[in-house]
Amino acid sequence: MITEINNSLYDQFIADFEERAARIENESVYSLRKKAMEQFKLLGFPSTKVEDWKYTNVMPFLSADFTFKQPVNTNTTEVGIQQFRIAALECYQIVLLNGEYQPQLSDEIVNKNISVTSLKESYQEETFQKNFGQQLNLNKHHFGALNTAFFKDGLFITTKDNAVAEKPLHIIYLFDSDANLFIQPRHLFVFGKNSNTTLIETYVAANVNSKVFINSVSEITMGENASLHHYNIQTPHDGTVLINHTEVNQKDSSCYNNYCTSFPGADLIRNNLNVALEGENIGSHLYGLYLVADKQLIDNHTLVDHRKPHCQSNELYKGVMKENALGVFNGKVLVRKDAQKTNAFQQNNNLMLSSSAVIESKPQLEIFADDVKCSHGSTVGRFNEDALFYLRSRGISEEQAIALLINAFVFDVTEKIPIPAIQLHINKLIEQSLNELETVS
Amino acid sequence: MLSVRNLQVSIDDNEILKGLSLEIKPGEVHAIMGPNGSGKSTLASVLAGNENYKVKEGKVFFEGKDLLDMAPEIRAREGIFVAFQYPVEIPGVSNINFLKTALAEIKSYRNLPPLEARDFLKLLKEKQKLVEFDASLTNRSLNEGFSGGEKKRNEIFQLAMLDPKLAILDETDSGLDIDALRIVAKGVNKLRSEKNAFIIITHYQRLLEYIIPDFVHVLYNGQIVKSGGKELALELEEKGYDWLKEISPTDELA
Ligand SMILES: Nc1ncnc2c1ncn2[C@@H]1O[C@H](COP(=O)(O)OP(=O)(O)O)[C@@H](O)[C@H]1O
Ligand SMILES: [Mg+2]
Repeated sequence: MITEINNSLYDQFIADFEERAARIENESVYSLRKKAMEQFKLLGFPSTKVEDWKYTNVMPFLSADFTFKQPVNTNTTEVGIQQFRIAALECYQIVLLNGEYQPQLSDEIVNKNISVTSLKESYQEETFQKNFGQQLNLNKHHFGALNTAFFKDGLFITTKDNAVAEKPLHIIYLFDSDANLFIQPRHLFVFGKNSNTTLIETYVAANVNSKVFINSVSEITMGENASLHHYNIQTPHDGTVLINHTEVNQKDSSCYNNYCTSFPGADLIRNNLNVALEGENIGSHLYGLYLVADKQLIDNHTLVDHRKPHCQSNELYKGVMKENALGVFNGKVLVRKDAQKTNAFQQNNNLMLSSSAVIESKPQLEIFADDVKCSHGSTVGRFNEDALFYLRSRGISEEQAIALLINAFVFDVTEKIPIPAIQLHINKLIEQSLNELETVS
Repeated sequence: MLSVRNLQVSIDDNEILKGLSLEIKPGEVHAIMGPNGSGKSTLASVLAGNENYKVKEGKVFFEGKDLLDMAPEIRAREGIFVAFQYPVEIPGVSNINFLKTALAEIKSYRNLPPLEARDFLKLLKEKQKLVEFDASLTNRSLNEGFSGGEKKRNEIFQLAMLDPKLAILDETDSGLDIDALRIVAKGVNKLRSEKNAFIIITHYQRLLEYIIPDFVHVLYNGQIVKSGGKELALELEEKGYDWLKEISPTDELA
């Protein structure tokens, strides 16, 4: 399915892979790369004929002239990173520049039960070898296969059994390049039994002048009874494409909470969040929020895969769409034959601020067990005009009233955020993007 | 204060108000009574600026300014308040935040300094007490899950907080038990002054036993067919609305 538009990029990848073969860094990693490369050759880039990419056309974004080389002379400094911090949040700050871990810009982790290193320095580690590449299905994910074949580096974070992260880990992914950059970060996060961690991932771009195509893959493994609060805060600006694939594997009695928030800016954001409930008594909570502005596309694909009995999953995604925005929500809940006594709920609500915005919402339930409680639903609506009038009739301006109503709409999601500083941060980002939305109209 | 002249209003091509005139001066309380469907709520909605209602003819002046030219929020800031017959539920907007925003915008429009947080809370407490509004309701989402009576009480609480020049109460009494009715009436009576005015819309004279009106108008079929003093309310209570058919000018034409 290789189309003409990305032929040159495709050729570029083939050449790059051959060059790479000449300097094998690690035998097992290389054999996985080779497998992935074979797979990518079969799959190519996904066209809109591929069901999972039906509404999201990546082809136009692949036609730019990209470099795979790490830019060298970037002038990102401690000062530049300040602006991406979360105000009043005590945390370990971990900075990556163009996909590479920057210890000199990051906080030293004093907690001996938490280890943060660069991925490519971890190939010899037992935990790496046991977990790396275990969850991603190369036969199905075009960009996942591409990433596996070509990733250069990323993060390897592990926590020991019973580890409690005394403060959140805040990863800031910074992108800064004068040339158009195609970058493929790869991360592995392994959380020990009974561990308790908060992980925040913030996506930002520092340079507005060039295009950045980010094809990122993260694999997350949670041991028995582990708890993870996982935030994605996506605020890259225009010219950026972010393909963000996350695989989560949960063992018995673990609890995973994901808060995925996407704000206007990027040309395209595609999130694949696949959660495998590989044990009993697991809880998985997926909360999403997307604000989409003009000529943007935000696409959330989630998969909640119930494999064992007695688990609970709960998913709530809310979208606010403006002008000619395009949004895609595709949420699949799979309840396998063994997964009796499953409770699975899924809801997607969309608020359309303009009649030319489009949302493609597709909740899917596939149930093969008979003793389960599942529900799903999807709504697309405009403003409640009566509510708007009521607010205005009390002296509140139309803009303020709209802002109040949008905040009320997203409140179900934001109220779920347990850390006040993060909640405040998200609310500020919402307010900021609403103001921007207002000036656009 | 308010001058309504030959107001003709329709919705979806149905004529509802058919030439209504009304004059209200500061310090006055006017009652508007009339059977269901006569156009009472329509009048309130038009004065509040609801754009679903189309004004075909007529003028409305508020303190000499053309009211019909103003957006709903400007009318509110100028000093008009409607306690709605059916207040809207707005989940996710907290009552307190809503009041804070409204008050701030009204103050700023009138070139008054904004209230300090402490003063705002003081005002809130004072007005809660005045209309005996349950403090726990203040912290909830606006009207969400409120009983019918609680919603009406919230309207009066907002009225007390925003301190309008002209307050229009649309059937605030319906859905209130006798105790709640007394409390609301007591609150309104305390808010009455030489500077403000009230329009009390009701179709029972019960409320008017507690809030004594200076004038009573009978709205029938989109027009004021009779005006009088407070004794007119009693007359209506006695005779019902049927006898209006005889004096309705529209019916005479028909
Ligand atoms: N939104 C609306 N759409 C259509 N008809 C309406 C609407 N609102 C009011 N009406 C009609 O207008 C007339 C007057 O209604 P209303 O002003 O609510 O009367 P009242 O408050 O005196 O009971 C009624 O016949 C009613 O059915
Ligand atoms: Mg009515």
